[in-house]
Amino acid sequence: MGANYPSLPACCVALMPSSEALGTEHCQRQDTGPPVRSPQVIEAEQRSSKRWELTPEGQEIVQEGSHEARVFDSIPAEGLPQSELMKLPSGKVGFSKAMSNKWVRLDKNADGGPRIFRAVESVRDSVREKLQLVQQGEAESLEEKDRNELKKRKLLMEVVIKTYWIRKGSAFSTTVTKQETDLTPEMIASGSWRDLKFKAYNFAALGIMPESGHLHPLLKVRTQFRQIFLEMGFTEMPTNNFIESSFWNFDALFQPQQHPARDQHDTFFLQDPAEATDFPMDYLKRVKKIHSQGGYGSQGYKYDWKLAEARKNILRTHTTAVSARMLYRLAQQKFAPAKYFSIDRVFRNETLDATHLAEFHQIEGVVADYGLTLGDLMGTLREFFTKLGISQLRFKPAYNPYTEPSMEVFSYHQGLQKWVEVGNSGVFRPEMLLPMGLPEGVSVIAWGLSLERPTMIKYGINNIRELVGHKVNLQMVYDGPLCRLDA
Amino acid sequence: CTALINSAVLRNITFSKDRYDSFIDLQEKLHQNICRKRALVAIGTHDLDTISGPFTYTARPPSEIRFKPLNQSKEYTASEILDLYRTDSQLKHYLHIIENKPLYPVIYDSNGVVLSMPPIINGDHTKISINTRNVFVECTATDITKAKIVLDILVTMFSEYCEKQFIVEAAEVTYLNGKTCIYPELAYRKEKVKPDLINKKIGISETPSSLAKLLTRMCLKSHVTGNGNNIEIEIPPTRADIIHACDIIEDAAIAYGYNNIQMTIPKTYTIANQFPLNKLTELLRQDLAAAGFTEALTFALCSQEDIADKLGVDICSTKAVHIANPKTAEFQVARTSLLPGLLKTIAANKKMPLPLKLFEISDIVVKDSTKDVGARNQRNLCAIYYNKNPGFEFIHGLLDRVMQLLSVPPSKESGYLIKAAEDSAFFPGRCAEILAKGQSIGKLGVLHPDVITKFELTMPCSALEIKIEPFL
Repeated sequence: MGANYPSLPACCVALMPSSEALGTEHCQRQDTGPPVRSPQVIEAEQRSSKRWELTPEGQEIVQEGSHEARVFDSIPAEGLPQSELMKLPSGKVGFSKAMSNKWVRLDKNADGGPRIFRAVESVRDSVREKLQLVQQGEAESLEEKDRNELKKRKLLMEVVIKTYWIRKGSAFSTTVTKQETDLTPEMIASGSWRDLKFKAYNFAALGIMPESGHLHPLLKVRTQFRQIFLEMGFTEMPTNNFIESSFWNFDALFQPQQHPARDQHDTFFLQDPAEATDFPMDYLKRVKKIHSQGGYGSQGYKYDWKLAEARKNILRTHTTAVSARMLYRLAQQKFAPAKYFSIDRVFRNETLDATHLAEFHQIEGVVADYGLTLGDLMGTLREFFTKLGISQLRFKPAYNPYTEPSMEVFSYHQGLQKWVEVGNSGVFRPEMLLPMGLPEGVSVIAWGLSLERPTMIKYGINNIRELVGHKVNLQMVYDGPLCRLDA
Repeated sequence: CTALINSAVLRNITFSKDRYDSFIDLQEKLHQNICRKRALVAIGTHDLDTISGPFTYTARPPSEIRFKPLNQSKEYTASEILDLYRTDSQLKHYLHIIENKPLYPVIYDSNGVVLSMPPIINGDHTKISINTRNVFVECTATDITKAKIVLDILVTMFSEYCEKQFIVEAAEVTYLNGKTCIYPELAYRKEKVKPDLINKKIGISETPSSLAKLLTRMCLKSHVTGNGNNIEIEIPPTRADIIHACDIIEDAAIAYGYNNIQMTIPKTYTIANQFPLNKLTELLRQDLAAAGFTEALTFALCSQEDIADKLGVDICSTKAVHIANPKTAEFQVARTSLLPGLLKTIAANKKMPLPLKLFEISDIVVKDSTKDVGARNQRNLCAIYYNKNPGFEFIHGLLDRVMQLLSVPPSKESGYLIKAAEDSAFFPGRCAEILAKGQSIGKLGVLHPDVITKFELTMPCSALEIKIEPFL
């Protein structure tokens, strides 16, 4: 053991990484970890200590002298042009240091360009002296501010040394009985296990997780929502069409062509294919009329409805466009009550932040039947949210271009101690349903929410990019628990 | 072109600081919403005492219009005004409405004083202050319905502060064709709604007179008529949003209190059906995870490079759908393959232990002229294996497993087969095409090193991508 270590009581042994004893540089050796210990035979305690050592540059200075001293030495009596000095190996670093030490001076107006002269007769290379002290193991004799200064110049570094102090344990013995680790088929066959000692298991350690694949957390939540809708008798809508025409996304829903949501700022319009070509023309005529002139008991919006605007293709901004298609299809046959749902991707061209992306998933439920009331919508929502484990609901008036009445749905969040919005809902306007051909007594109630928000709340994720998209945190996917939604 | 205008006068009005601020604020809000950022309607309010009628709404070449704009110190021509406000954080957004027209709109009084150059800016001459007593309001528009609504709202809200409360002075507008109109219209409308209907739609059972009271509380003055089986409602000009009985019904429900309505469950009996493609997807997802692959969820929108250059093909051959005016390159096209998304997922998770085995079953988008919108979604299954060795046998094995799950045997006649193919995304000699159900359903192979580096990856990688709709 080196001279740095205090003398040890007889019962203890200090274990150093063995290379120290061999005289090799300990910082080159890899740390192999604590020595093997089985409980009771010996006890081990880890301690660490620090000491100062020279960096390679520091060692170079001990041998050759500091940069500033070398600069000083290389200046002859008549001085040296600055440009030449800078070419020397220690030139740049040494010059600025020598200047601040006032060892040299610069004459900017000398003949032949700026010239450097010695400012003093001789210098003392105190930096080199200090480093030599460290090399000899006397780093402690330097003042702390000197050590920090040299550390800043990267000439000195602090090194941590770990040691293990070992003492005899309660079951110390100098004889070693080999302990078996596990049963083998031979032991079972021969019965030899009866006479063997087996090593104790460390139950505090973790086992080996099975190699498995994993499902994505958002899609695990989607599976549960799908399940809830199916349990409530809702049929899944075909939503495999991200590209939609403005007609189905807006006009059929009685959203006027001048509505801000149809701005470039909120909606992704397509360059190619730019326009939809096929529409049920009779229906389209009725839609045009109700927007521009009214009808079916409505004043309408009284503006010039343009086909060109309706033909513009977009990335759908809501899956309600699909609900519109489904309700239209429903209206073309003898009416039968229907319950539809969908959970699929929608697109918004809005400002992005920690909780908003350009693409997200919308959950939508629709019920179409004779005589549905606002109370029916509220009751349906209560059953739906109860299955999510949300029981306390309150409703607040809201506005949607295509529903009237409209309601925002709130639930009480125990953790946040406040009411938070959990969804949006409403009764579709007659101006949307009647031109489709649905019978007059039929009401259609609907509601929607995003898939991302409840997922982020449930899994405690703050940044949506960690959940959706390629920047997903894969470790979170690996470690994610079951999605359990309990009534 | 803005050839429409209406106007009115608020006589002997008394402003306070609050009322004045509110007056300006309301104009701004109307401009942002119903006026569609001044493109449909532009409001101008002027101190009537500084001008004299009749006023003329006309259009002149920009060089001929000259006045001192609001809060400026000197006169400018119209073109100079546009330049002046090009950097103004508010007004710069409206310049485009008139900028490239040969003539600009302008309103003069009988002495040639400029009231305003709609929709950009009023003249300083007519500016309103807290001390203004008589206000002349004009709305220039391309949509007369909206202009009427805007004028009605503005004057009804502020006529309260006129000496003769709630009285608005009319103005007559004479069009070039000689037709005249008196504004503001301040039209009151009467609607009749059956109490039964209101009760049925909401799910309550209030008496007709109780419903009439609720509506009156919402400022829709109502009373019971007929044999007590009808309610007559007066719709004031402040309620341009009441366009159908359902709007009245909502107001009744709000007055009743949503949270007072009894929650009921509809008696609608239906049997649920799953969408077959989603049903199949859900089944496959489970077994792909059981096979040791981890599910990713990547973006449907990406850059052109992601689906073309980085895979060694030209963008035109991808039949991709292109977005107009994307804000960034990340929204240029809709993906035509799930592969780029999975590769980017690996690139963002380089610190994870190898091998990385990812999959995704989701939609890509391709142009399709047989569809009404010209494009359709296609459900693809994509898997990648990323490790120190390409692991082609694992990806191949995964394909075999998927086919096994789909009950498709490895046979040329009735099942699937693999044959060598070329594809710029794959390493030559290590790419194959998969044939099943009488068509090519996709490819698998070792990815080309160019693809690996272009996606900022360093290890070999094998991939598989097939369409699953043929297996429905």
